[in-house]
Amino acid sequence: MELYSLTIHEAQAKLRQGEISSVELTESVLARIGAIEDKVRAYISLQPDLALQMARSADERRANGEDKPLLGIPIGIKDAIITQGVTTTAGSKMLENFVPPFDATAVTKLRQAGAVFIGKTNTDEFTMGSSTEHSAFHPTSNPWDLRCVPGGSSGGSAAAVAADEALATLGTDTGGSIRQPASFCGVVGLKPTYGRVSRYGLIAHGSSLDQIGPLTKDVEDAAILLGQLAGQDPRDATTLPAPVPNYVAEMKEGTDLKGVKVGVPQEYFIEGLDANVEKAIRAAINQLADLGAEIVEISLPHTRYGIPVYYLVATAEVSANLSRYDGVRYGLRADGGDMWNTFRQSREAGLGAEVKRRIMLGTYALSAGYYDAYYLKAQQVRALLRQDFEQAFEQVQVIVCPTTPTVAFEMGSKMNDPLKMYLEDIFTVTLNLAGVCGLSLPCGLVNGMPVGLQIVGPALGESAILQVAYQYEQSTAWHAQKPPHP
Amino acid sequence: MEYKPVIGMEVHVELNTASKMFCGCSAEAFGAAPNTHTCPVCLAMPGALPVINRQAVENTIKLGLALNCTIQPHNVFARKNYFYPDLPKGYQISQYELPLCLSGYVEVEPEGSGSKRIRIHRVHLEEDTGKLMHVGSHSLVDLNRAGVPLMEIVTEADIHSAAEAFAYVSKLRQLVRYLGISSGDMEKGAMRCEVNLSLTDPQTGKWGTKVEVKNLNSFRAVRNAIAYEIERQAKVLDGGGKIQQVTMGWDEGRGITVLQRVKEGDTGYRYFPEPDLPPLNLEMAWIEELKTKLPELPDTKVARYMSAYELTPKEAAILTEDQLVADYFDSVVKAAQPYPAVTPKLISNWLTGELFRLLGESNGEISQLKIKPVQVVALIELVNNKTLNQPAAKQVFGVMFETGRAPQEIVEELGLQQISNSSDLADIARQVILDNPQPVEQFKKGKETIIKFLVGQLMKATRGKAHPQLAEQLLREQLQK
Repeated sequence: MELYSLTIHEAQAKLRQGEISSVELTESVLARIGAIEDKVRAYISLQPDLALQMARSADERRANGEDKPLLGIPIGIKDAIITQGVTTTAGSKMLENFVPPFDATAVTKLRQAGAVFIGKTNTDEFTMGSSTEHSAFHPTSNPWDLRCVPGGSSGGSAAAVAADEALATLGTDTGGSIRQPASFCGVVGLKPTYGRVSRYGLIAHGSSLDQIGPLTKDVEDAAILLGQLAGQDPRDATTLPAPVPNYVAEMKEGTDLKGVKVGVPQEYFIEGLDANVEKAIRAAINQLADLGAEIVEISLPHTRYGIPVYYLVATAEVSANLSRYDGVRYGLRADGGDMWNTFRQSREAGLGAEVKRRIMLGTYALSAGYYDAYYLKAQQVRALLRQDFEQAFEQVQVIVCPTTPTVAFEMGSKMNDPLKMYLEDIFTVTLNLAGVCGLSLPCGLVNGMPVGLQIVGPALGESAILQVAYQYEQSTAWHAQKPPHP
Repeated sequence: MEYKPVIGMEVHVELNTASKMFCGCSAEAFGAAPNTHTCPVCLAMPGALPVINRQAVENTIKLGLALNCTIQPHNVFARKNYFYPDLPKGYQISQYELPLCLSGYVEVEPEGSGSKRIRIHRVHLEEDTGKLMHVGSHSLVDLNRAGVPLMEIVTEADIHSAAEAFAYVSKLRQLVRYLGISSGDMEKGAMRCEVNLSLTDPQTGKWGTKVEVKNLNSFRAVRNAIAYEIERQAKVLDGGGKIQQVTMGWDEGRGITVLQRVKEGDTGYRYFPEPDLPPLNLEMAWIEELKTKLPELPDTKVARYMSAYELTPKEAAILTEDQLVADYFDSVVKAAQPYPAVTPKLISNWLTGELFRLLGESNGEISQLKIKPVQVVALIELVNNKTLNQPAAKQVFGVMFETGRAPQEIVEELGLQQISNSSDLADIARQVILDNPQPVEQFKKGKETIIKFLVGQLMKATRGKAHPQLAEQLLREQLQK
């Protein structure tokens, strides 16, 4: 078995026992990248020298008796997350040469936990997209079928984990950007409760929706990473003050799912859901029942408003969040002659079509005369969506449903139809709007492509979803399936 | 025609907090090298997030309380969107629908009329922008000021003249200084005014089109710009023209308002609640605590000086204009408690007379004053017990002002004790009469007023030390012999 194919907890055990060094592990991952990255193209940039330097330092730290949860573990970071001294582009021409002078809080925490940084993974520009085709640099391929997309926007992060180009990665999720690519690439992806992980240093897309979370090879790794990322941050006023539990320990409590009520929302089994995907999801639900869970039919009645509400709220926030890219202080600056033309031409040259489309949508939704009908109304419906989940979680501990209506689609097939692309998020956006947590884990293959089961928990219910996911994973072999390519 | 001006004011006041509104950078931007007080947050780096400055909130509540506003326990910050190089995020974090303070009022005393109440519409908290410096065909951006906490105080349209506007702005500055929350220095940009001005049609009573006037960087500018704009609009209306809804700028050099831009209306700013900051919910106990901690404010002080010390409204107003002066006055009054003859009135006379004159001449600050309160009391005592006459006392006060030495010491050193011994003075009076035969002749012929000249001669002979009333009495006695 190659070192690059290890999970975090497997590598941890070997590092602790002195079987392997972080340098060996990192070299193995770098070699894997060298072998296949030209096919997958999961990364926007790689920092092999920095990675080896961090690995050596991790080995020294371990030699000095240190034992942190991620000490010496090679991890990829989505390029929408700020890394001090390492170019951070957010997948945009605008930030092609932007070298941040500070670290995101999540990155600081990974550093403290001893992680080794491999590179910056590909993303749709400013995380806006569901296929990673909107990256300003290059698309990423799905390791299960190189003609297919890996999903998005954390497509690079999902593909890197699936192809063993990192032991785990960080992604960001505004409307499904961790879970949908995790589903497409057959890995585990967790979107934490809004406020569970600091957004400081996450390049903003929709500020009231964005969360950083892990993409991993199995559920235990997700629990390990979440434990390192979570917690209140004085730099992010929207982080929650709740203490951080030992997710791994809580996840492993119990040996079955007896007494756990699992809700199945009827609104998620609708037209447009691929029949084979549905079959895989139903099989997974049966498996949960076999593990002792009580399956309860529930209703999330406002689900169908999820997409329109999301595309009003998120784009409104986008329209303001992206105003800072004006060419004045950093980033791409076109010489427009005068001030206004410099603004215009810098943004014209620096921002891609999808980003501009969303800026326009959001600007419109906030404009005089439209605010009440669009933004305000969307916020009101958002409250109803939140209420849907609150009421559901009075009956059940977790909710299960498909992560996506279909498996990964072919590159280019939806690029000219933004509406179709937006519908990719139909099962994921409501969680962001409600602020609750969810994860996607592999639960089958359709035509050789992975299917993801989404497990949803209430606010701060990460332990509950990890527990159900872990029991499911222990009883099936889907997570152990590796892509045949490359 | 005579039009009644209707004026509303928006005043921005920079708070003197240690750090900026949403980051840890120093808020003392004035005079620092460009872009040295900056960080990822106030430079609007990707991914940087704001955190609310508690002290700025506290300071704004204090002003709200001083302006008799209702403090809103539920507050929401909002984004005000527009592009400009001095606005790093492309939006300003401000407050829109739910500001900190609502519906207050303030009493002002415009020159030439009685007290007047101006209603406060709202007070909200926001962040300042950076500054642009224009060098040739280029503009340089300095973001030291970007993110400095800024209060915006908006009045109702209750102001009807330049004098009222001036009185209002003066009062506001006085309040922020009393509260210790801002320097209030207009010249340093710590306080900036905008006025919205329209003229009312005297026949229909309808308000005219509102014109915004900006760039009012001094108290003088507030007064002059309003006076100018009233006249300008009246001329347009008299000529049968219409007022356009525009933004004008005050050109200090030329003393005129000039067109800046045609107004779009604030709905163009696409305000929406700031998602990076959860709503700010204030505990009522905190607000109550701040209420009890407010210093004695000018209006209360004036009332106390008038009722307890029997000062005139004018005296009370002069003494309370600057809190440091009022504090000094209070401590002299306190030091005078064992001396009933040293009345607050006498103290007030000395402070507003001699002290203000000397401060004015020397460009001095009351905070640097060398005279201790007890020394003022001692000086007045020396006058009261006739050791010093008024001119000598002023001379002593001048030395006290320069050196901070005790008055008794100065009196002895300069030999200024008043001559109030009749026999000594009688001798000198006789000599004055002998030396001035002509005036004496005139006096005897009935020119009564010439006695003042002779008293003057006597004062000169004693180098000012004679007791003036006694001197006149003795001269008259001698002349009648």
